[in-house]
Amino acid sequence: MTTKNKTQARREMYQRAVLDSFIKLNPRWMVRNPVMFVVEVGSVLTTLLWIQSLVGKGEAPAGFIGAIALWLWFTVLFANFSEAVAEGRGKAQAESLRKARQDTPAKKVSSNVKTFERDNVETETVSSTSLRKDDLYLVEAGDILPADGEIVVGIASVDESAVTGESAPVVREAGGDRSAVTGGTRLLSDWLIIRVSADPGQGFLDRMISMVEGAKRQKTPNEIALNILLAGFTIIFLIVCATLLPYSIYSVEASGSGTPITITVLIALLVCLIPTTIGGLLSAIGIAGMDRMIQRNVIAMSGRAVEAAGDVDVLLLDKTGTITLGNRQAVEFIPVNGANANDLAEAAQLASLADETPEGRSIVVLAKEKFGLRGHTVDGMHFIPFTAQTRMSGVNFNGTQIRKGAPDTMMGLIQSNGNGVASDLKPTVDSIARAGGTPLVVTRDNKALGVIHLKDIVKGGMKERFAQLRKMGIKTVMITGDNPLTAAAIAAEAGVDDFLAQATPEAKLKLIREYQTGGRLVAMTGDGTNDAPALAQADVAVAMNTGTQPAREAANMVDLDSNPTKLIEIVEIGKQLLMTRGALTTFSLANDVSKYFAIIPAAFASTYPQLNALNIMRLATPDSAIMSAVIFNALIIIALIPLALRGVPYRAVGAAQLLRDNLLIYGLGGLLVPFIGIKVIDMLLVALHLV
Amino acid sequence: MSAWLQLIIYFGTLLLLTKSLGAYMAKVYQGERVFLNPILGPVERFLYRLSGIDPRSEMTWKTYAVAMLLFNILGLIAIYLLQRLQGTLPLNPQGLGAAAPDSAWNTAVSFATNTNWQGYGGETTMSYLTQMLGMTVQNFLSAATGMAVMVALIRGIVRHTTKEIGNFWVDMTRSVLYILLPLSLVLALALVSQGVVQTFSEYKTATSLQSGETQLIAVGPAASQVAIKQLGTNGGGFFNVNSAHPLENPTPFSNFLEMLSILLIPAALCYTYGKMVGDTRQGWALLAVMTIVLVALLSVAIWSEQSGNPMLAKLGIDQAQSATNPGGNMEGKEVRFGIVNSALWATVTTAASNGSVNSMHDSFMPLGGLVPMWLMQLGEIIYGGVGSGLYGMLAFVIIAVFVSGLMVGRTPEYLGKKIEAYEMKMASIIILIPVFLVLSGTAVALMSEAGRATIYNPSAHGFSEVLYAFSSAANNNGSAFAGLGANNPFYNIALGIAMFIARYWLAIPVLAIAGSLANKKKVPASAGTLPTHTPLFIVWVIGVIIIVGALSFLPALALGPIVEHLMIFG
Repeated sequence: MTTKNKTQARREMYQRAVLDSFIKLNPRWMVRNPVMFVVEVGSVLTTLLWIQSLVGKGEAPAGFIGAIALWLWFTVLFANFSEAVAEGRGKAQAESLRKARQDTPAKKVSSNVKTFERDNVETETVSSTSLRKDDLYLVEAGDILPADGEIVVGIASVDESAVTGESAPVVREAGGDRSAVTGGTRLLSDWLIIRVSADPGQGFLDRMISMVEGAKRQKTPNEIALNILLAGFTIIFLIVCATLLPYSIYSVEASGSGTPITITVLIALLVCLIPTTIGGLLSAIGIAGMDRMIQRNVIAMSGRAVEAAGDVDVLLLDKTGTITLGNRQAVEFIPVNGANANDLAEAAQLASLADETPEGRSIVVLAKEKFGLRGHTVDGMHFIPFTAQTRMSGVNFNGTQIRKGAPDTMMGLIQSNGNGVASDLKPTVDSIARAGGTPLVVTRDNKALGVIHLKDIVKGGMKERFAQLRKMGIKTVMITGDNPLTAAAIAAEAGVDDFLAQATPEAKLKLIREYQTGGRLVAMTGDGTNDAPALAQADVAVAMNTGTQPAREAANMVDLDSNPTKLIEIVEIGKQLLMTRGALTTFSLANDVSKYFAIIPAAFASTYPQLNALNIMRLATPDSAIMSAVIFNALIIIALIPLALRGVPYRAVGAAQLLRDNLLIYGLGGLLVPFIGIKVIDMLLVALHLV
Repeated sequence: MSAWLQLIIYFGTLLLLTKSLGAYMAKVYQGERVFLNPILGPVERFLYRLSGIDPRSEMTWKTYAVAMLLFNILGLIAIYLLQRLQGTLPLNPQGLGAAAPDSAWNTAVSFATNTNWQGYGGETTMSYLTQMLGMTVQNFLSAATGMAVMVALIRGIVRHTTKEIGNFWVDMTRSVLYILLPLSLVLALALVSQGVVQTFSEYKTATSLQSGETQLIAVGPAASQVAIKQLGTNGGGFFNVNSAHPLENPTPFSNFLEMLSILLIPAALCYTYGKMVGDTRQGWALLAVMTIVLVALLSVAIWSEQSGNPMLAKLGIDQAQSATNPGGNMEGKEVRFGIVNSALWATVTTAASNGSVNSMHDSFMPLGGLVPMWLMQLGEIIYGGVGSGLYGMLAFVIIAVFVSGLMVGRTPEYLGKKIEAYEMKMASIIILIPVFLVLSGTAVALMSEAGRATIYNPSAHGFSEVLYAFSSAANNNGSAFAGLGANNPFYNIALGIAMFIARYWLAIPVLAIAGSLANKKKVPASAGTLPTHTPLFIVWVIGVIIIVGALSFLPALALGPIVEHLMIFG
């Protein structure tokens, strides 16, 4: 998209949001948010009072009541606007998703087909909306997939950019962990027969659209609790303001001077006191939290899951791909039986020249780096590839046989050729295994030369990441199929707190349950079908988009990038969401102090002029003081929209320090900022002769 | 200088006793052996056998609440009947007749709810039997009720995944038998040694020094009642002028003992709390919150009273402090107590929901009067009533934990228990109800003919008097500003309603929280858990209390004591 287009789109989004803020004035919508509903009722009342004053029976000058009414309406509109903007960002994304979900023709496979040979399949073309669960359909290169499903036959490359935004094609095949496909994506090559896994309107894309649009947004548990607190404060301030009228009437009587407080001022005071800042921004904060997930290409299936992410105590992380690079690498050549290290390296390199596996390549590279060897293929070299029968690979040339393989196999080879096993071979192999590595034995002419140490390589920066998590109070557990020895070594190197070795799906499930019984919240990632039970049990379960359909259904989040490390970011987003709510609640309540100092002396100026001693901001007149407080109260909502959408930044420090920092910023800030703001607005009002 | 010394001795002694009494109470409530077991154990077991209670069977929060309510309402009826029938009952040497129905209702509610607001004058209204069987018994039972509810809440916090929060009858029995009775016995004897009267004889006639006139001196079984009145944060005086009366509080030492007893159990309960939740730092933190707020407001009161009254200064009255003159505003204060001990008493009696007085708060300077009024309005949680102060404080802690928990990015939890919508609902009710009762009660009084009829100082000060009355009743304190004619049907009924709602509509949500917390899992603490014993958290809780208290009452206070202060000092 060009910059111009972007500006254009953004302008349209804001125009839409402005329109939406008016549509949201509908009381049936407003009543969902008790705080802002009270403001709306106040706006209506002051408007009526303004009309009354226009016909000449007003309790105060029409200009004053009108201005208050106007700014109260602004307060409601600003709050609606914040919500509309937050929704707007999701809507834009939903729009592009919807394009992908358009009605597409589907080649439905007739149900009586028995054998799925490509040429035998009979199909009829139907609309994608008529496909039902368990129907079969065929797709060929260039087709748009009409529905979500599980591949039954075939292997093909798929362009999933419509869903993930990632343009590199991915391979999908029947069986295994990469058998799920999503409707709306496009087949690039080959053909597939797919069993439909979701009825129309229930597919992944549909759920995603409704999530990003916020249409199905339900209040999360913490949001409900916070709403109760805010409603409680609103009731307290309603009582405070309602009783102020009788107090004022009595005071007028007792002091014999002045007039009772006007309804307009009471409503203005009420709106200033009730927590409109957080009340107005609360729903925007929630939507923005979901949106931040989407921006990181994570689709949360519920707001509840996003919130739970902030509470996670235990992270279960798969070793391979998350903690370590996918493959082991050679790190050392250890000669045995008095062999020369250089010879060993050379033999290992030659044996691996034709080995295209990452392990094989890493041997060639290590020999080059450490011993300056450049492996050259020589004429007459005969490479022996690895087979499941021989369980070794190598090369023959000039009558020399070089082999490499797992220790057991190689020792068998040595002994079967009548050679003795070198006394230092076994200890070397064992010590590598103990350190968490994989030993490969290299022989020349059936005599051991030495051992190659293959090692899991922990991804860069993981140790720091885990240290951060520990500071956040989150325990990391590495899940691996390795034996306990290997697992312990890698766990120590990566700096995780604990590990589960020789993990089976049952063991994973049991581990999660154990943590949960202890009151902990568990997060995990998974992609395979056998992960599904554990994913369903975990509190925060992130399925890889490349994963199988059962895994994606059991999870409450799907990571479109299929990046297992993302779990850590997800936790941070969850925390940010809660922090933003807490910080703005504190800010909102702290704000009230200054408003009392502005409004109380002004409201009772005619009865008790002595109260002007409380007017520490030295606001010009009673009217300007009340106006300034109301205007500040409305403007602060607009000013804080960016913070609500972006979220309060999270830093991985302990809870105590986090609280101290946030209290300083939002508590103390909330106390002081309005004093300045109200004073500035008052000065402006006076300068512009508006009061 | 002597002011500082007195304060240091007072708070030093209090702190010294906190730990040992607190640890003792923790043992009592956990059913462990204490040194009084050999004597009281058989009594306790006999009482259970007599009333058919199985001390091992426990209750859900609802059963607990029903038991608590039934028991209290029975007590309320008993004390009402006693007042109405006292004319026909023994131990009535002065032949006092039945109390008026509205006054009897007010007094019955007042003593059942641990408020001990007194619309009546003790020596002119109540027979000895009513004082002993009604007032004194309720002093014990209402205090024990507060402690029982508190202990149930502690169990809710400590236990997990259970519905049971203890046995109300056991908690009541143990509170009275092991804690209140022994302490009262010791205190009563000490007070008698100082000259507090304890007799069944009729009132004495004496010839006064003033031109030989005769004077009727009221006496009675006072010491036994005064002891529990102070210890159980009750505050209802034996005599009308309460602890300003020379036979109720004769000497500076009796004054010291009585003031000490006001805060003794509320302070020690903080330690009990820490002990029972398995982390005494939690208890100390709450005690620190209470003490910091108390000392800050106490300083305002002492400063305000010691500075004197500029109106009196204009009349040429010497208010300077000297060796022979306590100085400051001595109106309404006893010379044997002086400024510091009067201001200290006024502050601690309203910080705790005691409400006994040794000076007339109505005669305090506007800001000096604002201090006790605001302390009550804060919800009687700065020490507060025995038990009720701490559970009210915990409602504020729950709110503080909720907001700060969000601020550190986790679902808020307190001592391993997640604070969720249900707890927020109940905590909000606990904070909301007293605010509603105080403000709307005052509004009704000011708007009604009957309410305004007995405001004898129709001015900002008169407003303060009404506000004070409702602040006192709706927070179960019981002290009066006076200057307001409150013994009439309007105030007797209105204040009675306020006291009743304030007590039970708070105790029930507290028990509901206890039940809900007991049912939850316990979340183990980690580095991501917000610590709730640190100075930072203490400051935060204080902030929440002050902000909520200020936001709720600043407008009302502005029209009462604040404007009065500004008028006097210009």
